[in-house]
Amino acid sequence: MANDLFVFIETNPDGTAKNAGLELLNPGAGLAREQGGALAAVVIGCNVDTAVQSAGRYGAEKIYVIDGPEYRQYTTDAYVNAMCRLLEEERPSTVLIGATPNGRDMGPRISCRLKTGLTADCTQLAIDPETKKVVWTRPAFGGNLMANILCPEHLPQIGTVRPGVFKKAERQEPFNVQILPKDIHISPAEIRTQVLEFITEAAGELVDLEGAEIIVSGGRGLGCAEGFALIQQLADVLGGTVGASRAAVDAGWISHAHQVGQTGKTVGPKLYIACGISGAIQHAAGMSSSKTIVAINRDPEAPIFHIADYGIVGDLHAVIPVLVEEIKKLKN
Amino acid sequence: MDYTGYIITEEQKDIRDMVNEFATRQIMPRAAEFDVKGELDWESYNKACEMGLLCPDIPEQYGGSGMDAMTSSIIRGDAGLGLTLSGNGLGIKPIMLAGNEQQKQRVADIILSDKPGRDPRWPQKRFGFAAFALTEPDAGSDAGACRTTAEKAGDEYILNGRKCFITNAPYADIFTVIATIDRSLGYKGLTMFLVDAHAEGVSIGKHEDKMGIRQSATSDIILENVHVPAGNRIGAEGQGFPMAMKTLEQGRAAIGSACCGVMRAAYETAIKYAQERTTMGKPIYKNQGILFKLADMQIAIETTRQFGLYVAALVDAKDPQASVLGPIAKTYASDALQKVVTEAVQILGGYGYMRDYPVEKLMRDAKIFQIFEGTNEIQRMIIGNNGIKANRIKN
Amino acid sequence: MNILVCAKQVPDTTEIRIDPVKHTLIRDGVPSILNPFDSYALEMALRIRDSVGGRVTVLSMGPAQAKNMLRECLSVGADKAWLCTDRVFGGSDTLATSFILSSAVKALEEREGKFDLILCGKQAIDGDTAQVGPEIAEHLGYPQVTYAVEIAAGDGSVTVKREAENGWEQILVKTPCLITATKPAFDLRFPTLKGKMNARKAEIPHLTNEELHLDVSRTGLKGSPTKVKSTFTPPVKEGGVIIQEDSDEQSARRAVAQLSTAHII
Repeated sequence: MANDLFVFIETNPDGTAKNAGLELLNPGAGLAREQGGALAAVVIGCNVDTAVQSAGRYGAEKIYVIDGPEYRQYTTDAYVNAMCRLLEEERPSTVLIGATPNGRDMGPRISCRLKTGLTADCTQLAIDPETKKVVWTRPAFGGNLMANILCPEHLPQIGTVRPGVFKKAERQEPFNVQILPKDIHISPAEIRTQVLEFITEAAGELVDLEGAEIIVSGGRGLGCAEGFALIQQLADVLGGTVGASRAAVDAGWISHAHQVGQTGKTVGPKLYIACGISGAIQHAAGMSSSKTIVAINRDPEAPIFHIADYGIVGDLHAVIPVLVEEIKKLKN
Repeated sequence: MDYTGYIITEEQKDIRDMVNEFATRQIMPRAAEFDVKGELDWESYNKACEMGLLCPDIPEQYGGSGMDAMTSSIIRGDAGLGLTLSGNGLGIKPIMLAGNEQQKQRVADIILSDKPGRDPRWPQKRFGFAAFALTEPDAGSDAGACRTTAEKAGDEYILNGRKCFITNAPYADIFTVIATIDRSLGYKGLTMFLVDAHAEGVSIGKHEDKMGIRQSATSDIILENVHVPAGNRIGAEGQGFPMAMKTLEQGRAAIGSACCGVMRAAYETAIKYAQERTTMGKPIYKNQGILFKLADMQIAIETTRQFGLYVAALVDAKDPQASVLGPIAKTYASDALQKVVTEAVQILGGYGYMRDYPVEKLMRDAKIFQIFEGTNEIQRMIIGNNGIKANRIKN
Repeated sequence: MNILVCAKQVPDTTEIRIDPVKHTLIRDGVPSILNPFDSYALEMALRIRDSVGGRVTVLSMGPAQAKNMLRECLSVGADKAWLCTDRVFGGSDTLATSFILSSAVKALEEREGKFDLILCGKQAIDGDTAQVGPEIAEHLGYPQVTYAVEIAAGDGSVTVKREAENGWEQILVKTPCLITATKPAFDLRFPTLKGKMNARKAEIPHLTNEELHLDVSRTGLKGSPTKVKSTFTPPVKEGGVIIQEDSDEQSARRAVAQLSTAHII
């Protein structure tokens, strides 16, 4: 329907839904209401009953289901083909896609094939009161500048939305949800990439910064690679993950897998503790959407203090051991 | 050559900036670590070689980049590993000055070759090394007292003796060795040889644990009945001494640039610190005592730089003035350097004395420049005597 | 392998500061650099050429001053660089930009032969869209692999190690194809002396709309479905607490007390 808003629900190989899509049903509901259309989920995957149920529980009014073995593992060709055919048939006004690696892989191909506009990695969504078009707000210049983008003359309006920015709605029992299976398939020959194998990181190497609730990061102020032992202690006592600034990675103190920032990971934990990190824009771009930011730096003028909720001015080598000790006491 | 006088060209500036960036991003962040270890930072060294910074003055026909000595000086001035790199230049210089075509091609092949794992002693070594072997335990400034002997036997020479404080000796593939064919001839018996480091009878002494320039390796070379084919003699018999002097002379302009590099590193740290560090409510540079020190450092750097470039330009132009001004440039630069690094440590105060800050290392690195390539005392003898020669009164 | 790398000159965002009073970006004196992700793409291309031979061509779209960045690409070893530049290309969004660049690719292929591989950085650090690469692939009808950290060249195909959410995928794809690079385990190599000197003298030809003959309704602002309505700087976080007691130890204790009271830990 012409006023509907579609949310792409990415699935796991086991048929469950990824959070990135379910989250978007929440802001999607409000936008759809203002546009006067329905909120529809698009679930693509293999044996996706669980994902379909989740989409219903988190607010979808309609659920398009594209199910088939060719969708078990993400491939650009299969997913782009499925989405484009669905969008051409149903002609919604708006499409939201989680800005996950796969979402950002398929988004531009879809918009380009449909010759419409796409706004990347949005952090705010609103409806322009005059035109009823979506106002896509996104950071640029490493988060230094926010831009409001409109796609006034083309349909559908498409945006990828940064995961973690929106929270899932309250779970509810699905009510009157329309389930609409779509028989869209692609022959194996048309899938031009072949996934040979999936390599998971060896234990210890796996650094799940994006999923971490608490991150303790170290920067140049640590002075040497051994400084990360201190960071690890603090992370351990909090049950957190170790992150790092580019300066620390460039100095060879820790691997790139730990890097937070523009050329590293973008994170949004509940608590982010920045130790000996000046807070250069390149770093802030990756962590400024954290819920609570604590900074430890001996330079009171360090830019990190402008974005910190709690700023401790002092030598991290003296501060962290006391933090560790005090938090241990607290936990006992 | 497309430069005029000693104003550097846009191309040379471009290369200087490139080397500066390499030094800042690659060499400097690792320098303190390898200084403490007293080891060469092979990763940075190999990268420098890949960039073409190893012996850039090898003429292009032998595979190098055909850079003039002036540009080499700029590079040396900016590279922390410069002395290991330039030790090779010194090692091959006698051949480039007086060797035959075959010898030149051979050293060019060795220096510019990139064959991983070719030297079992140094697994990280990827490029060839050369070392210039002049000094002996009892023949430092007085090269004429050389005791290493070369005895002619058919179409070979048999070399025996001991050389000391030889830069790059542990890594070297080839040595240029000065030896006497007849001690009774004094200077006139000195002859230069190209010695294969892997030849039988060649051994390397212990690693010298130095005050500064600790990334550069220094050792003795021991020669015991080493058979050297007559074809490896560089130039004629008895020509070794002037060849050695010419080699050192050409190196001197580069010493000015190298000093300048150390001074710049000290100055950059000091002027940054002087703005960051506040006492009694103001940054310390607002005290005249500190500001004047910074000014004097800058004066030393600029005068050293300009004079060094001028002498390098004279060397390139094969102007005989180069041999008169070279010793002055070397002495002036290395004396000025001591003052600059000492003041940098002073500006940083207690921190300056600590290894956590880079100026302590720079002060240790600086001292050698007054000692090697002819001590400043020897330089002053040369300078003084040149002055007398030029102004001798008739009586 | 004949490889094309698409590169963009960007302001060094690490040098950008925010005017504390006007809350606007201070762009004066901010140096222009090769987009870091494009530099990784270039290094991957050079590594492929080092191992299997071939040619590396660099293409950029931008104003004439982007030539400095292209010279940098030449100095590390790219064989040839082209600048796609025309006033009618200005103001393009990602759709229009990718249309122009894909047309430029076709024009270059007429001159230089087919490219087996087109490499792009995953995104530019000024716009951060990560859209231009996949859109070029779509215009050309090529398969794509995004977020590559390693590429191994095969016979008529490449194997790409792609960064996924919790690990990596090994993906086999036939050439010609388009690959976007994320941060690999290495950086762009340093230039060589010879490369630097040759780059100074190298000719960097322009591709203007006189060569490309594009329909101008598909380029620039006219050809861009998305419009920037307004920009603003993100609001400064208010109410941050600064803790600076007489000693670091006291500061640490006070911080823990406050975080605990606020139920953050």
